[in-house]
Amino acid sequence: MATGRCTISTRSGLMSDVTILGAGVAGLFAAHELARRGWTPRILDRAGAPGPHGCSWWAGGMLAPHCEGVTAEPVVTRLGAEAGAAWAEVTPVTRRGTLVVALDRDRGELTRFARRSTGHQTCAPGDLEPDLAHHRAGLFFPTEAHLDPRRALADLVAALAAQGITIERTEATPEDIPGPVIDARGLAAALPGLRGVRGEMAVLHAPEITLTRPVRLLHPRHPLYIVPRAGGLFMLGATQIESASRAPVTARSALELLSAAYALDPRFAEASVVELGADLRPAFADNIPRVIARGRVLHLNGLFRHGYLMAPLLARQAADYLTDRSKGELLHED
Amino acid sequence: MRDFYGITLNSPLMLGTAQYPSPAVLQAAFRASGASVATVSLRREAGQGQAFWSLIRDLGVRVLPNTAGCHSAREAVTTARMAREVFETNWIKLEVIGHADTLQPDPFGLLEAAETLAAEGFEVFPYTTEDQVLAGRLLDAGCKVLMPWGAPIGSGLGLNNRFGLRTLRAAFPDVPMVIDAGIGRPSHAADALEMGFDAVLLNTAVAQAGDPEAMARAFGLAVQAGALARAADPMEPREMAAPSTPLIGKAWL
Repeated sequence: MATGRCTISTRSGLMSDVTILGAGVAGLFAAHELARRGWTPRILDRAGAPGPHGCSWWAGGMLAPHCEGVTAEPVVTRLGAEAGAAWAEVTPVTRRGTLVVALDRDRGELTRFARRSTGHQTCAPGDLEPDLAHHRAGLFFPTEAHLDPRRALADLVAALAAQGITIERTEATPEDIPGPVIDARGLAAALPGLRGVRGEMAVLHAPEITLTRPVRLLHPRHPLYIVPRAGGLFMLGATQIESASRAPVTARSALELLSAAYALDPRFAEASVVELGADLRPAFADNIPRVIARGRVLHLNGLFRHGYLMAPLLARQAADYLTDRSKGELLHED
Repeated sequence: MRDFYGITLNSPLMLGTAQYPSPAVLQAAFRASGASVATVSLRREAGQGQAFWSLIRDLGVRVLPNTAGCHSAREAVTTARMAREVFETNWIKLEVIGHADTLQPDPFGLLEAAETLAAEGFEVFPYTTEDQVLAGRLLDAGCKVLMPWGAPIGSGLGLNNRFGLRTLRAAFPDVPMVIDAGIGRPSHAADALEMGFDAVLLNTAVAQAGDPEAMARAFGLAVQAGALARAADPMEPREMAAPSTPLIGKAWL
């Protein structure tokens, strides 16, 4: 795939004009990638800097292509493998892998998960996370990583600001803007076939519990992941419901998330619930993210539950296309 | 095949729509299976899921809304009324869960809700056990279809109580019956059809298979095989060996 580096040195003056709509993870990473290649993008977002109004805010921040591959299409696992390295240029990435456990009565789930995933080894959970020594069997995915999504968004914003690129708070559609446009507005772009998939999460403060890597608890009805954050915080995620409702977390979902955390480690019963959040993930029917080229507009959308895993790759494919029309695997011409 | 409230289905396979890796996989599974009915849950999915609902509609199969997750008659009745508005059908798969862990039906709540809904013109598909007395009461309440379980929801154990199911089938020979829940393998589905049940309803066995599309095709073939076998009047099992070639009169060589 062409890097476009030579082109940039000769045409840099012409390339200072690309507008990015949407300052979520897809739009910001696209801006970062383009700036890295010598473009000077302009970023517009109707709500300004990243915050609770965007679904990127509510993400888990797991860079777990192998675990995701159990349900996602193989392309997500393959292309997601690059995410850790790309993010490490922008924000701290913790590379301590993923631990997957199941309760004794759901041991069969562990066998099935192992059969359907790659890149793992069996382990005693207590050897990796002493706090989980009461779980007897586990799977370890050593190459996986995680980051703190809100920190990552802030670091992206700061890196762009250092280059003089700021986020303008204004609402716009591609039709309003001349020249090349990257539309990364998520559901607001209202693309055909794009739907919202509801996700609900919780943040707990449990300073007496120490986990150093994301832990997934397999369960036939209520699978859960817990991502450790700094300062004794833990993010619990996430439901996945075919609904376009942005209503606050339901009691049922909160019960499920919290019970699963309790099942993982009973000390979570004493945790403070710091946050409950719900939002919609934009997704296409196959749940695979896309770059859709439509005239001078490139749509980056449908990141589903793979926002942080796939944003770097989508950004690269968008930049490649803008630079020399090269078509990456996720690029669709409309 | 017996009809369901006047509707003759072109396949005895009914599939749930939850837990697929993606809607694209769901659509592929329906196509591969030839299923004639899709069940949808109103409570969580389609209530605010217009996009998902239109995907289901595009499947081109009959929609059977359900009251999954309801734990009381009242809750189930409310959900059924909402489902009628949203899906524009009188069909309702009535599920009143009696136990949170085993998800077994609550027979008392089920009967109460069935009476109410049948009186309101619903065409009720009650998710029930193999209990023959309860089945009779559900029919008295106005149900014209029964959906006995094979085994607990999501367990994949197949036909857990063959004696009870066979007795139920024989007790009400004219009532259309669907084996709902517990079907884990295509052989279970074929088994149900061979026993004389009219259809099977399953979800997890396809949605959570490693290759849902291939598994859906396998189930489509299995129900065809089961229905064909039933119509062909299968032999009765017997304790003793019966050689297919007679021994007496065998040539001495």
